[in-house]
Amino acid sequence: MNNKTVQQTPTYLEEFKRKGYSRKDFLKFCTLMAAYLGLENSAIGQVVQAMTVKPRLPVIWLHFQECTCCSESFIRSSHPIVADVLLDQISLDYSETLMAASGFQAEEAMKNTMTKYKGEYILCVEGSVPTAADGVYCMIGGKTSMQILEEAAEGAKAVIAWGSCASNGCVQAAKPNPTSATPIHKLLKGKPLIKVPGCPPIGEVMAGVIVHVVTFGRLPELDGLGRPKAFYSKRVHDTCYRRPYYDAGLYVESFDDDNAKKGYCLYKVGCKGPSTYNACGVTKWNNGVSFPIQSGHGCFGCSEENYWDNGRIYERASAFPGFGIEATADQVGKVALGVTAVALGAHAVMTNVRKKKLIKNLEKEGRDSEHELKD
Amino acid sequence: MATQKSTVHKLRRVYVWEQPVRIYHWLNALVIIVLIATGFYIADPLVIQSGKEPSQRFVMGWVRLIHFIASYIFFFNFLFRIYWGFVGNKYANWKQFIPTSRKFFKEMWHVFKMDILMLRGKEHMSVGHNAMAGFIYFFTFIAFLVQCLTGFGLYASMSSSWFPKLFTWVPYMFGGDIFLRQVHHWTMWFFILFAVIHVYLVFYHDYVEGRGEMSSMGGGWKFIEEDVFTQNKELPNAPKS
Ligand code: SF4
Ligand code: SF4
Repeated sequence: MNNKTVQQTPTYLEEFKRKGYSRKDFLKFCTLMAAYLGLENSAIGQVVQAMTVKPRLPVIWLHFQECTCCSESFIRSSHPIVADVLLDQISLDYSETLMAASGFQAEEAMKNTMTKYKGEYILCVEGSVPTAADGVYCMIGGKTSMQILEEAAEGAKAVIAWGSCASNGCVQAAKPNPTSATPIHKLLKGKPLIKVPGCPPIGEVMAGVIVHVVTFGRLPELDGLGRPKAFYSKRVHDTCYRRPYYDAGLYVESFDDDNAKKGYCLYKVGCKGPSTYNACGVTKWNNGVSFPIQSGHGCFGCSEENYWDNGRIYERASAFPGFGIEATADQVGKVALGVTAVALGAHAVMTNVRKKKLIKNLEKEGRDSEHELKD
Repeated sequence: MATQKSTVHKLRRVYVWEQPVRIYHWLNALVIIVLIATGFYIADPLVIQSGKEPSQRFVMGWVRLIHFIASYIFFFNFLFRIYWGFVGNKYANWKQFIPTSRKFFKEMWHVFKMDILMLRGKEHMSVGHNAMAGFIYFFTFIAFLVQCLTGFGLYASMSSSWFPKLFTWVPYMFGGDIFLRQVHHWTMWFFILFAVIHVYLVFYHDYVEGRGEMSSMGGGWKFIEEDVFTQNKELPNAPKS
């Protein structure tokens, strides 16, 4: 590591000041981030300290098969510093969407970062990697996304998989997955990796993850699926403000009924909140204005693996594998029950035919005994 | 009127289902019915109209509470049954359920021929479970296990007590709750189908064998014909097979 280079890199505070933010804005930002991260009050100082003295984190931000909604979400996160400084300054090393450079110049910038900050930079990946047909479905500068990913990951300190595409494939990986879109964790082994699923993930969550890495110099605590616990340990359902209606057994039956006007729970119109781990109910979207459920639409589970194929959006019913998308478990179950009833009926008839002698003998034995007994 | 005398069977009383097995059986039956009924409601709640204010209502809350209590009973009852498979009598032993010998397979094949294909031949008179039934119970135990794992796996993230927390890893194995919930729901149908067939077969055996199959889960005993009994009797000093 070239210490000199790192020292020359401005710290976050310096960058903030250069951008014209006051110290007050800076402190507000740090407090906000600490709160989102679920840190204790006493840890705010740690965040402030880290942002004051630590040089900005070198970041390479790659885009593969995706729609850029993650970047969009990030630059819209509630505090302007996030967009202005964190993204602007952090990721400008290389980000196809937001960097000024293009073509060879951009490739140069990426190479530079990779060599200059070897073992230091954070690799952010947005989008999945297509592996079908040798990866031709997504190529940049003559290289397949797999090649680019491998090269960039080599010298990375850690990898962040932004959004559902990079974390679990999202829509490109939905059946029949023509490009064999593959999430990052299946391609990179042996690198510390954070999954930040969601389509897109909430901007504040993304900022929070970066701030955590900067402040503590390590990855946030992850759950068994590799998601930061601070944001993904609760279901949307657990923090949903319509939850009392759920518990009361009061549900919207269709989107234009009276119950919908009353704001009842959206469970029966397909809300996936009870199976979805995300921070929407707390952090909300668009500067905390609202989130889907507040706007009257159920959660559709965008941060969950395989959510496109795991059942239908507007129904709770689950598709039954192997029976086409139209059959729900209950329909299959009812048919199976019918078939069973018919089979048992047939068996009963056959029993009386084939085992007639046996049954007759039993009956006779019983009758004879009855006759022999006195009244 | 000279009627031909029927063959009179002398029956021997055998204590087959010990009391703990009977209690396990009926508790299990009750709890499964409760779990299925509440499970259906949780999966697709009917709107129960009432004049009460929403704040006064807790329908889903109660139904879920009942489901969770029943699931605890189900789990520990299941655990107890596994334990009893090691300490109970020979008809409760785990060897009744897991095929470990050629004899087991031979008996299964025989039961298949007699009771399903309805071929004519020597009827099979088992005392406890016949091999086929035993083997199917083995699958029910697997279904029990799947249901406990998926159920407590779903419950893990919403509970703060240590027991459900032991199942935190389950959703990770399934890639998340959405799929896990579906597996839980599909497996329930196995229980329904099993129950229907099970009840039918109890009637069937009672009808064609006349040895008290149906009442055995009440008093614990079944009856076995004297000659079958003598044939299968263990001789005092014979080596155990
Ligand atoms: S609207 Fe969705 S997340 Fe909210 S309580 Fe109902 S089911 Fe749960
Ligand atoms: S409410 Fe559900 S579908 Fe909507 S953004 Fe949040 S997790 Fe995704």
